[in-house]
Amino acid sequence: MGDGPESDEDDPDAETDGGVRAYTVRLELVDEPGELLRALTPIADSGGNLLSIHHERGNITPRGHIPVEVDLECPPDRFDGIVQALRDAGVNVIQAGEEHYGEEVNVVLVGHLVETDLSNTLSRIEDEADAVVLDLSLAAPDGTAGVASARARLAIDSGRSAEALAAIRSIGTDKDLTVVEPLLGGEA
Amino acid sequence: MRLAILGAGDVGRSVADLAGEYGHEVVAIADSTDAATDPNGIAVADVLERKVGGEALGTRDPGAVFETDYDVLVEATPTTLDDAEPGFSHVRRALEDDRHVVLANKGPVAERYAELRALESESAGSIRFEATVGGAIPILSTIEDCTPQAVTAVRGVLNGTANFILTRMAAEGLDYEHVLAEAQDLGVAEADPTFDVDGTDAALKFVILANVLADGGFALDDATVEGIQTIPGSALDLAAEDGRTIRLIGEATRDGVRVGPRLVAENGALAVSGTRNIVQIETRNAGSLHSSGRGAGGPETATAVLSDVGRLPPL
Repeated sequence: MGDGPESDEDDPDAETDGGVRAYTVRLELVDEPGELLRALTPIADSGGNLLSIHHERGNITPRGHIPVEVDLECPPDRFDGIVQALRDAGVNVIQAGEEHYGEEVNVVLVGHLVETDLSNTLSRIEDEADAVVLDLSLAAPDGTAGVASARARLAIDSGRSAEALAAIRSIGTDKDLTVVEPLLGGEA
Repeated sequence: MRLAILGAGDVGRSVADLAGEYGHEVVAIADSTDAATDPNGIAVADVLERKVGGEALGTRDPGAVFETDYDVLVEATPTTLDDAEPGFSHVRRALEDDRHVVLANKGPVAERYAELRALESESAGSIRFEATVGGAIPILSTIEDCTPQAVTAVRGVLNGTANFILTRMAAEGLDYEHVLAEAQDLGVAEADPTFDVDGTDAALKFVILANVLADGGFALDDATVEGIQTIPGSALDLAAEDGRTIRLIGEATRDGVRVGPRLVAENGALAVSGTRNIVQIETRNAGSLHSSGRGAGGPETATAVLSDVGRLPPL
């Protein structure tokens, strides 16, 4: 954020109408020194004012990470920029304000992943499926020129999994990749 | 009931073999070239012995079956797509003669459901087809008992060959081609396994389920179908990192049919292993019901045919 010639809405120094609101973001941090600072810096840098930090050390998420709840205040038009800055810094945002990124789903992609630009595939998933790629495993037993598989764990807004998966399916069709989706519904 | 059996493959022969045990009598059996008929009941053991020995079933033309005095036509000829012939014409002939029909042949029920129901409504006979979906597993009768309107979706694994291949790939870390060759050696996969591994066979079963749920409207062309041929062993390894595995899963609702490789919980109900089949019937008022068992095989499928025969009203 703030680097490069961006529009006024994205500039933390832009004038606002003076109203600020309180927000809560829920993050998931790797248990390593410096992670908390790394997560808080983008908030401050993007014009957010930190109010309180609840670092739940005793409470580990199923993935072995530490949940952290951050209360902050900022003008409403800056909040999206703060969440984006956190994601750009590689911080897992589980919940941001009213928005819950509560659903985590795995998808497995199969095909010429490297030759078809894996990083483009992942950014398209983030943009078009409105999902956050939380982590990624890649297996390319036949080398990067061969058929590879990747498992991506995605965070998706609650209740939006079906739409997100449909978007990923169409990205797969576009790039000639097989998308192995999770089975939603029932007791799968 | 007096049964006339069309088709003398594994299923047709097993129906003939087991009919007596279920209290029924076989008055005719035919394959594509000839037939054995006897109004007092054919000598099943002798006829089957001839067939297995490579001889003709009997001395009559296959069409002679329809001239026999029978109550139920058992249609167990091979499944064909599109116009589903000659299976469809066999069913029509029997219904026009006011006889019951029990199908083990998926073609007519998947591809020409509405026509079958229209013929049935004009006939004193009725049609049943439990054996077309999941072999020995009572899926259609469970849906019937729950009433189809209260069933919101049916999901599951209904192709044993594809499931065997995925199970072995996950367990042994092997690739598709290797496991397919092994499955063919074991007789689990056919010499030409296309319909099993490309999802067509499973799709036909889920099309039938969608037709039952929605009272018609679906054919194979309406299904979204993907197979397992493109799944490498590494995809199963990655799935396992997170406690998942990959299965060829079908889904049938009133809105459509979809079959493809999906991620399911490794220890979940749908991750059956080997050639086993499973369905999950999602109901509006009773949660999910699961039913698992042998989805193929002569005697297994014949039990579904004979259960259907037992549910038919007297003519």
